[in-house]
Amino acid sequence: MATAGRISGTESWEKAVKGRHIHRWIGGSLLRLGVAGVALLWALPFGVLALWAFTRAWYFPDALPQAWSLAGWQQLLFPFAGRGSQFWAAFGQSLQIALFTTLLALGVGIPAGRVLGTHPVPAWLRLLLLLPVITSPLAVLMGIQGVLIRLRLDGTLLGVVLVHLIPTLPYMALVMGSVFARFDRGYEVQARCLGADPWQVWWQVTLPLIAPGAAIGAVFAFLISWNEFLLTFFVGGGRVLTLPMLLYSLLQGGNNTLVAVVALLSVVPGWLALLGASLCLGQAIGLPPAEAQEEESC
Amino acid sequence: MNTMNSLNGQGSGPVGLKRFQQYGPLLPALGLVGLLYGGGLLLALAQSVGLYGLGEREFTLQGYGDLLWDAEVQGSLLLSLRIALLATGLALVLGLGLALLLRGLGGWAIWLGQLTLPIPHLVGVTGMLLLLGPSGWLARLAFQLGWIASDQDFPLWVNDRGYVGVLLYWLWKEIPFAALVALTLLRGMGSELEQQARLLGASATQTFWHVTLPLLRPGLLATGILIFGFVFSAFEVPLLLGPTYPRTLPVLIYQRFIHINLEQRQQAVALGVILLVISAAVVSWMAGLFAARGSLWQLPVVSAERSPGRRP
Repeated sequence: MATAGRISGTESWEKAVKGRHIHRWIGGSLLRLGVAGVALLWALPFGVLALWAFTRAWYFPDALPQAWSLAGWQQLLFPFAGRGSQFWAAFGQSLQIALFTTLLALGVGIPAGRVLGTHPVPAWLRLLLLLPVITSPLAVLMGIQGVLIRLRLDGTLLGVVLVHLIPTLPYMALVMGSVFARFDRGYEVQARCLGADPWQVWWQVTLPLIAPGAAIGAVFAFLISWNEFLLTFFVGGGRVLTLPMLLYSLLQGGNNTLVAVVALLSVVPGWLALLGASLCLGQAIGLPPAEAQEEESC
Repeated sequence: MNTMNSLNGQGSGPVGLKRFQQYGPLLPALGLVGLLYGGGLLLALAQSVGLYGLGEREFTLQGYGDLLWDAEVQGSLLLSLRIALLATGLALVLGLGLALLLRGLGGWAIWLGQLTLPIPHLVGVTGMLLLLGPSGWLARLAFQLGWIASDQDFPLWVNDRGYVGVLLYWLWKEIPFAALVALTLLRGMGSELEQQARLLGASATQTFWHVTLPLLRPGLLATGILIFGFVFSAFEVPLLLGPTYPRTLPVLIYQRFIHINLEQRQQAVALGVILLVISAAVVSWMAGLFAARGSLWQLPVVSAERSPGRRP
């Protein structure tokens, strides 16, 4: 009687263990399934864009296009016809503006970041730098527009670059501030002691040390400028055609295929920049450096 | 380092020059931001009280006075606040939930989340229009499944007065962002403290409320500030996904600014100043909430590549 009870007891224990395993297994697969579902849900708008980009006509009740076509891509990427030349012009202007903005932001933001990171700076100054990044630029834009018109800078690339500096420059200064906060000045002192002149110290010691942080700041500054709509919209005066402007005007037109192709093409540089940055740094950008170092040392 | 500086400062020599050498590199950045942002703001202020701009120039607070009694402005302000608060709250809660789920899954979840960061608003809005619109893909799917008989039956989720499309867009955009920040914070935090709490007999819920959440709070609050700021002052998203009426504050400002009537223009500038003041006030208030704890600079984007310094 007693042995039977013990046996059934161990049996139920084994069952319980097995059950827990199964539970965990089910839980794990459910989690994975859930994550896949969320990812799929998240990708839906892109899926629809991708479908539209490879068709010419796709009417209402059809869930999938009846005929596939590369016409949209041919129209946009062939640089000598109307739509194509417009696309490449927009692409070129976006690239120029974003590159210039990033370079200027780097040039001014690195020295500023050095002070922010290594000297005691009052909190209100940091907050002041943060405000242009977060708050609405509408009031500033309306105020600045008259001056830009008077200086004949409205509708020019330079004018657009200047207003793009409003969010990117403070952002760069703050990022570089956090980079310099963990920068060890001992390296510079050492190099100076060993006879390097300040210029050599900057090029051969400081710059290589801050390069990863500066690269991240540059990628994000580039993306802020590349994606910017409102500032270009106000200051460009319809004459500066960046990719977001082109997408906006195509959206008014209603040719969904062209809209989808331009939309997909405007995401590509952002993803490339992100990929490049994470490859260069040998880490995913979101990882804290401590972890990345661990991975590297492994 | 600090004592060295102060010693030098107190010693002989021109203190001003020393300060200039120390803080001089900050000047180009401050100058440019001050000129563009501060200058623009001053000009906007001058325009809003009639001291600068087109038309006759005399000091008047009429621009602001009219706005106080303008029902449309009040409606737009409330609408903008409601959308921003709802989007921020939902994005934080759902993003944190997602991060807790993804926590054990390794680095690829973070990498996947990063894909969402560089997507321009305009591209996301385009995708949403083609997905949620009256003849969008969801409507087609519902038709194929026999749920609706024609595209007229599909609920209006785009350019609708309820701002469903706008809210869905913000959730689509900001939940991954919040989850990404929360995941990064969780990784930086490590799990030692939570394990300790569990060993000492706390339940999973207690551990979450008394250990995990307090440790994440500063970072989450900073994320909330960023999301609120972006959503509250966003222009292109409500312009393209929202209805023509009621309008959010930024869209209303734009439409009054391009109005032929110069009085409306002055009002638009005044409204722009009000919008700026509100978002600046909310940001500084929220920042002040945890500035005292010295964690103001745990801003997500900055902290994302900043050493947590807590790991052994």
